[in-house]
Amino acid sequence: MNFSGLIHNLGPLTITGLAQGAIYALFALGYTLVYGVLRLINFAHSEVFMMGTYATLITWGFFGLNQNSATPGLGSVLGYLVLGLIAAIIMSGVTAVVIEFVAYRPLRRRNAPPLAFLITAIGASTVISEAVGVATHRNLRGVPPLIKPATVVHIGNTTITNLQLLIILLALVMMAVLDVFINRTRLGRGVRAVAQNPDGAALMGVNKNRVISLVFLLGGLMAGIAAVMYVLKIGDTRYDAGFNLGISAFTAAVLGGIGNLRGALLGGLVLGVAENWGAGLFGTEWHQVVSFVLLIVILMFRPTGLLGESLGRARA
Amino acid sequence: MRQGLVRALGGVAVLALVAGAAACNSTSKTSSSSSGKCGHDIAFFGALTGSEANLGVNIEQGAELAIDQYNQKNGANCIKIDKFDSQGSEQLAPGVARNLVTNKKILGIVGPAFSGESAAADPIFDQAAIPLITPSATNPTLATKGWKVFHRAVANDQAQGPAVANYITNVLKAQKVFVADDQSAYGAGLADQVKAKLGSSVVGTDKTGADGQQTDFSATVQKIVSSGATAFFYGGYYTNSGLLRKQLTQAGWKGTQLGGDGVNDPGYAKAAGNAAAAGSVVTLPAQPATKASGDFVSQYKAKWGVDAGTYSDVAYDAANMFLQGIDAGNTTTAKMNTYLSTVNYQGVANSYKFTSTGELDPSLLKIWAFKVDANGVPQPDQEVPSS
Repeated sequence: MNFSGLIHNLGPLTITGLAQGAIYALFALGYTLVYGVLRLINFAHSEVFMMGTYATLITWGFFGLNQNSATPGLGSVLGYLVLGLIAAIIMSGVTAVVIEFVAYRPLRRRNAPPLAFLITAIGASTVISEAVGVATHRNLRGVPPLIKPATVVHIGNTTITNLQLLIILLALVMMAVLDVFINRTRLGRGVRAVAQNPDGAALMGVNKNRVISLVFLLGGLMAGIAAVMYVLKIGDTRYDAGFNLGISAFTAAVLGGIGNLRGALLGGLVLGVAENWGAGLFGTEWHQVVSFVLLIVILMFRPTGLLGESLGRARA
Repeated sequence: MRQGLVRALGGVAVLALVAGAAACNSTSKTSSSSSGKCGHDIAFFGALTGSEANLGVNIEQGAELAIDQYNQKNGANCIKIDKFDSQGSEQLAPGVARNLVTNKKILGIVGPAFSGESAAADPIFDQAAIPLITPSATNPTLATKGWKVFHRAVANDQAQGPAVANYITNVLKAQKVFVADDQSAYGAGLADQVKAKLGSSVVGTDKTGADGQQTDFSATVQKIVSSGATAFFYGGYYTNSGLLRKQLTQAGWKGTQLGGDGVNDPGYAKAAGNAAAAGSVVTLPAQPATKASGDFVSQYKAKWGVDAGTYSDVAYDAANMFLQGIDAGNTTTAKMNTYLSTVNYQGVANSYKFTSTGELDPSLLKIWAFKVDANGVPQPDQEVPSS
């Protein structure tokens, strides 16, 4: 154990952990939203994310940008970022809704048992990831250097770069927007109603299938934003980019309380920081051991996660 | 409607039967007509797909070139190459190896390409007594297991590791070095050799996830930056190595990254980006493929449309050693193995003579350092001593 290393690097490890955690959090929303309404873990969500990363890179590639091109000027960088975000959001949103249509809706219509959904989820995930793997020859695709790293905040040995700041702020803003959407708008009320009591909601005139499509779409949109953050932070994507990240994001969702939007944010950030602290203390080979031990300990004392409760019951 | 479908399916099935029978016929014909040199197989074992496939493809193409040339002299389809794709995975290797040993026509194996899969597959080859020459697996322990069929056509990491360390101290003149690895048999073994030779100039160490297991290296990056190291050695393969280099550059680290033969591939720059990859140093426990003697370089380019890559020349030599053995009448695996123990072969990359444990004769070891150029291609820099 390397306590002095951890204490010496505590600030930087926390910041990089928060940036990674912000990506987990946005990714985790997809699991949490769908679980809150359907009581279903959408394992194909990792591929929703992966498709988003490719949509962004293909859009940038359309403008002749590849990882060896020079960093463009500030104005065009903003333009590219917005375009990349739009492309990723559309692609991820569409992928999520298509998965719902193809893999889940037919089963739901026939009242299939929950296990069937689990298998089609894994099946859809494998099909999409392998198809992209074959199409890309399982190669990495590099990300153009859109954001030139620059330090914006400097406290002691802790520095926050422009990219880290962008990622953390964007995640917080998106979380706030989603929170308002679910809690304050008419459509959001429909989502909460279906989560709480599907039959009751249907009797009150809420279209259940439309609400279910909506939560898949919302999860996809958030995954799209996470995808853009991911490519900017990691610098590459691949057909299996969603797999390990998906496990971490799912962990974050459970840690915060699955079905709870704010729980996803908290869980993501806690997990990102815990992984990095664990890596600092025991070495990077232990980072996942640390995060899962943390998960088990928290679930022992709070079986429903940090913030507990689900979408329906949280703020009915 | 349904009847029509059944009929169509039946027709397809009959067609398949006929085609299958024809195929059976054609194979039985070639094997019956074959006597002496022809009708044998040489196997390739390594990654042809997966995240580290480039290294396996180099090797397969080198071996296939040798066999093609042999067949041009001795008749088409004289010797067949059987490709066994392990995806570079230790988990898949035993199953693929068991599949390989069922083919009794195979007289020798070029491979396995990586150390981890070698440890998993070589015992199966040893039991089946099929001689193998690995052109690339560099973990030293592979030669100490008592496998009678094991041969290594390159230097091992007991030579490569110290050579990297010598380069760091004598050429880069770095005082502070950070060493990390990917916990693979190859990566960790090589990193340990480097650490041992560098001694007190190692200011920090870390272990990352294996390839495909981790993409966010922020904790390792932070440790490297805060350690004040000016050189960073990563024991692992090119994908992880490239991602690390990219994220280090993003974090503002300006030191030199080094890697072993597993990083000696253009795939490194594909992961890192040319700008970040330029200036990195990678080694090779053999001479550069582009310096191979004879017409190998131009023939390889003519056949495959790409330049000869890491280990393609050694694989070419390994396949040719087997072919020379067949020429000399060693057409059983037992005879082939005896032949390899006494072989003294002059190839395009090196001369080959094996010790009793299957290692290359110590006088024949060569280690080269490469520098990644601005286009992301590792270019031969200099030969480095390993002691």
